[in-house]
Amino acid sequence: MTDSIVIDANINANVEAAPSRWQRIRQSNIWYNFTRDKVAMVSAAIFAVLFLAAMLAPLIAPTNPYDLSNVDIMDSEIAPSWSEEGEERFLLGTDAQGRDMFSTILYGARISIAIGFLAVMLQAFIGIVIGLIAGYRGGRVDNFLMRVADVQLSFSTMMVAIVVLAVFQASFGTELYSQLAMWMLILVIGIAEWPQYARTIRASVLAEKKKEYVEAARVMGFGPGRIMFRHILPNCLSPILVISTVQIANAIISEAALSFLGLGMPVSEPSLGSLISSGFEYIFSGSWWITVIPGAVLVALVLVINLLGDWLRDVLNPKIYKG
Amino acid sequence: MLLFLFRRLMQGLVVMFVISLISFSIQDNLGDPLREMVGQAVSEAERQQLRDELGLNDSFLTQYGRFITKAMQGDLGTSYFFKEPALDVILGKMPATLELVFAATLIIIFTSIPAGVYCAIKPNTLLTKAILGISILGISVPVFLTAIFSIYLFSIELGWLPSYGRGDELVPLLGGWETGFLTADGLKHLILPAVSLASIMLPLFIRLIRSEMVETLSTEYVKFAKAKGLKKARVYFLHALKNTMLPVITVGGVQIGTMVAYTILTETVFQWPGMGFLFLEAVNRVDTPLIVAYLIVVGGVFVVVNTLVDLIYGLINPTVKLAGGNA
Repeated sequence: MTDSIVIDANINANVEAAPSRWQRIRQSNIWYNFTRDKVAMVSAAIFAVLFLAAMLAPLIAPTNPYDLSNVDIMDSEIAPSWSEEGEERFLLGTDAQGRDMFSTILYGARISIAIGFLAVMLQAFIGIVIGLIAGYRGGRVDNFLMRVADVQLSFSTMMVAIVVLAVFQASFGTELYSQLAMWMLILVIGIAEWPQYARTIRASVLAEKKKEYVEAARVMGFGPGRIMFRHILPNCLSPILVISTVQIANAIISEAALSFLGLGMPVSEPSLGSLISSGFEYIFSGSWWITVIPGAVLVALVLVINLLGDWLRDVLNPKIYKG
Repeated sequence: MLLFLFRRLMQGLVVMFVISLISFSIQDNLGDPLREMVGQAVSEAERQQLRDELGLNDSFLTQYGRFITKAMQGDLGTSYFFKEPALDVILGKMPATLELVFAATLIIIFTSIPAGVYCAIKPNTLLTKAILGISILGISVPVFLTAIFSIYLFSIELGWLPSYGRGDELVPLLGGWETGFLTADGLKHLILPAVSLASIMLPLFIRLIRSEMVETLSTEYVKFAKAKGLKKARVYFLHALKNTMLPVITVGGVQIGTMVAYTILTETVFQWPGMGFLFLEAVNRVDTPLIVAYLIVVGGVFVVVNTLVDLIYGLINPTVKLAGGNA
């Protein structure tokens, strides 16, 4: 991706002993700012804990919620262990089917995070390619692509996602749909939000392509593909990093909302959204923990990502700092 | 101005055309109309004949043409479930959704403007920090969770407000529009859904108004107005706020689509008898005509509102080049 940096590093290595990667990180601006911002440090720590716990769910979780042989219906709706009716065995209580909430939440968070990251990777891929082409080519291609982006943006993601998933669910049937749900969610959220990336990238490309190094690359006879991806793209990365955090938070929220509507992950393989959804009917009978605890985890996850995004925006681009 | 209007209308028409194409292909591919009409006992030959008579074997274009012609006349098919024209079913539910959106918009306007302006004027007070802190929390809480938490707190724990529906005391207005605005019971039912719906937009608008206001306050003309000795309130709310509202209106226009989408979520949680709830039920019942009618009605509302917002923007901001070529 960043050839030039690699070459730089090689040159440095010849002159003096190149600083190790860790040293380079420690000397960087970002690290300096990071160690002086308590909010950012706490957010990063919470995010790391949530992320690791979710990714290592199979190792940490006391039971496997997908394995029905572990589940005893007699254990259903047990309150969290700290309340009076709670039991030692189930730290966060159990849901209506008798699954351990702690394990289910870990596995659910894993699915939510996976969908969030994969969907944003897809968005970034489509958006970067289209944005680079639109910005670099300019003219009619640019006009057309940005018009398409406008139209796509004016239909909100949720609207598009709800309609598309609803139609697919209705035509596939619930059975088949629940097997494909994860990939459908990634596809839909990924495709619906590409204009965010395309616009950001296009704006940076417009500024970058007037600079001398692009001119130089052109004179050296490099093709447009190479100039776009090897020369311009590495210089447009910081805004991408900033919107990526916001986009991941949004994607996780969208996934939860869609699952809550019953258009996302099935109850047998729940994400945080479908956990909240399946607990919602029991809130009236007093079993608040089935809904509230996964809800709190979801909010915490999204909140720390948003806070990190805010911090990153301020550090990388002090000019657009607006608060 | 006319050219601009024309371009906007053309864009709206293109969008409507795309929506109609999508709706039609949904109708074409979802379910078999014959199965809805006749039972299992009809022989294959009879089915074929029926297909010919109904025009189901015609080419895609012919069928699409027929669909458009009918749609123009307001005929979007008959709902399988309600056995009534789909358009009538949708329009019957529209007042509930409109009232919800209207109430939420009122809440947004009367909360975000004072809050945003306050945060800009007094950047270092505790209240400002609290407002900004809550607003980032607000962005991170999905609307259905706001709804669920508020039901849990205000309906179940405290028992102050009803948790679902619109209540029984609706007052009929003209043309079958029943409003919940005129009775205490109706308003009580409206509070939680409207606040939940407003809660997704509020943080966004507070932050936007604040940042724009901060920028405006540092401009020369505001300093000049202050130096002239004008009352502070007059400078803030008359001089500065006016210029703050431009980007707010643009963002507001873009957010309308999001708002419509989130009515589906809010209405589902509160079982609010509006279009969004109806749409989700229609999806679960595979009630194709109703799904199509919803798409076309919502798409239409959407295009009209977007065009209006653009026009208003053009009218109040003289620097926008309405007939602009390559932007």
